[in-house]
Amino acid sequence: MNSFLGFIKKEFYHIFRDPRTLMVILGIPISQMLLFGFVIRTEIQDVKVAVFDQSNDYMTTRIIDKLESSGYFSVEEYLENTNDVEAMFKKGNIKEVLVFEPGFAEKTLRDGTASVQLLADASDPNIARMVTTYTQNIIRSFEHEEFQQQTVPMQINVQNRMFYNEEAKSVYMFVPGLMAMIMMLVSAIMSSVSITREKELGTMEVLLVSPLRPLQIILGKVTPYLLVAFIDAVLIVLMGNLVFEMPINGSLTLLLSVCFLFIFLSLSLGILISTIAPTQLIAMFISMIGLMLPTMLLSGFIFPIENMPKVLQWFSAIMPARWFNDVVKDIMLKGSGFFSIIKEVAILTGMSVLFVVVSVKKFKIRLE
Amino acid sequence: MITIKNISKSCGKVEALRDVSLNINQNEIFGLIGPDGAGKTTLMRILVSLLLPDKGSASMGGVDVVKQYRQIRKIVGYMPGRFSLYHDLSVEENLNFFASVFGTTVEANYYLVKDIYQQLEPFKTRRAGKLSGGMKQKLALSCALIHKPEVLVLDEPTTGVDAVSRTEFWDMLGKLKQSGITIFVSTPYMDEASRCDRVALIQGGEIMTVDQPARIVEQYGKRIWNVKSAETYRLLNDLKAWESTTSVYPFGQYLHLSVDESTGKEDIIAYMQSQNHEPYVYEGFSIIEDVFMDLMGKQ
Repeated sequence: MNSFLGFIKKEFYHIFRDPRTLMVILGIPISQMLLFGFVIRTEIQDVKVAVFDQSNDYMTTRIIDKLESSGYFSVEEYLENTNDVEAMFKKGNIKEVLVFEPGFAEKTLRDGTASVQLLADASDPNIARMVTTYTQNIIRSFEHEEFQQQTVPMQINVQNRMFYNEEAKSVYMFVPGLMAMIMMLVSAIMSSVSITREKELGTMEVLLVSPLRPLQIILGKVTPYLLVAFIDAVLIVLMGNLVFEMPINGSLTLLLSVCFLFIFLSLSLGILISTIAPTQLIAMFISMIGLMLPTMLLSGFIFPIENMPKVLQWFSAIMPARWFNDVVKDIMLKGSGFFSIIKEVAILTGMSVLFVVVSVKKFKIRLE
Repeated sequence: MITIKNISKSCGKVEALRDVSLNINQNEIFGLIGPDGAGKTTLMRILVSLLLPDKGSASMGGVDVVKQYRQIRKIVGYMPGRFSLYHDLSVEENLNFFASVFGTTVEANYYLVKDIYQQLEPFKTRRAGKLSGGMKQKLALSCALIHKPEVLVLDEPTTGVDAVSRTEFWDMLGKLKQSGITIFVSTPYMDEASRCDRVALIQGGEIMTVDQPARIVEQYGKRIWNVKSAETYRLLNDLKAWESTTSVYPFGQYLHLSVDESTGKEDIIAYMQSQNHEPYVYEGFSIIEDVFMDLMGKQ
């Protein structure tokens, strides 16, 4: 039998016979996907609000109706004054209070302007910001409808439109990020651990004293993980599309090719780690601290790169996941073709070549 | 077949090998015998191109182990001291894998491993990790043999194996020798020396003597006394303290004692009685362990 095929067969035996490996490979992508998809959401839903309506006219009633029917808000309480607001916020279930000034409809018609005050519980600033933005948008859209009907003199009409992600859905953020993370996990960690395991068990000693060349050993070790990680990539894209309705506007072939490239890159990182780490534990440690953490924090997956200090922005440029994130978003949301992502692809390819060359050079043909 | 010239090697601050030279002939079983930490594994690793010597050179079948390490890796079958097969692969899968690594098949060289592998065949679907110690070693030997090597380098193949399996293992080496393979084997067990054609005694990184096992014992030329009393441990200490003793160490239920030439059986009995032991002394045959102890004492 061909020695390369024999090696791959052996490697697949290792994967399928170790329940822990199987769990990392299949369990983690699915559970992470569901976790991020259902638990960690940045859009709002059924936020409890209170209303202090001092005019109680047809306009304020319609605004309140509109809030309720949006699905984002549910009006829990109608207040008589603003004294209790603080106590209510302290209890914690009401996140926002709308205060309409007296004579709201009358003022609007007469002066063309009226005020509504939004009081938000900003102990969680992100939620407060989102809640007020959503409320403002709803009021604006009311304004828009109302004055179109009445054909009253020109009104200034501020309108936000979120391109590519109309509803600012967080799924669109985390699917690419999660893809990067899981592929790193499966490729880099699993391959570095599986190579160092051979060192620990002493089987590497036997493999070295065989006619196999370093490149053959490395390729034999990582090819199975390339396939497994690719299956994971397909799984995530499928789940993102079917469960969370993440669109794939660009070419699926292009998307999967980029995934393949990124897996290859992660594997070459895994090999590099295995040439440094003497034991499985150290390999795991380096992959976790040196790869996973920066990937999560600096790739733009959780924190926007634009908001980072300059130095961290430079760091993020050397994170392969950052470029991968960009490409995946471009393809899935903007429907970009190959020529608009050529820069990112070039960077990812360059990184892979560098890591492979360094690891083959560093691979020890002896025990010391 | 194997030539080792003036090899020295340090591992960190420890000098693992000091100026070691050996010549091993084609088609012989050559034993490297010495206690743990004597430098056996280091020497073997240098031979199979896993370590580089600091000084000196070595070759196998005319192939240099440093410069032509690729060539060496084709002609050598190596079995490390630790069990180094895949625990989660079955007996059969391990053997197939190692055959494929060397670009051959189990069928092509089956005749070579037949005798050994037949004993494993009833367990061929069992995972290697679940085999007994003796079975593991037989499997490891099969895997080292499957590519028909010219030289077999076996690092302590019988350590941790029961007595019956050890005997069987050495029987197999005898058969392999008949098929023309040169075997370089290390062991900490002195009693296995007699199964080798020639042995080298190694201690502290230096070769103390090289010869046929029988000749080593013959040339020892000292008389060995088997002594015993009711209190073995106190006797051992008393004899160690005696100025006439050259070496004494426990061997089975006796102590093996050698004394300087002017001392006879009567002197030993007299000394033992003076130390309140009931003496039991008779002349024994010297074995390779006596030689080893003696050489170690000199060193």
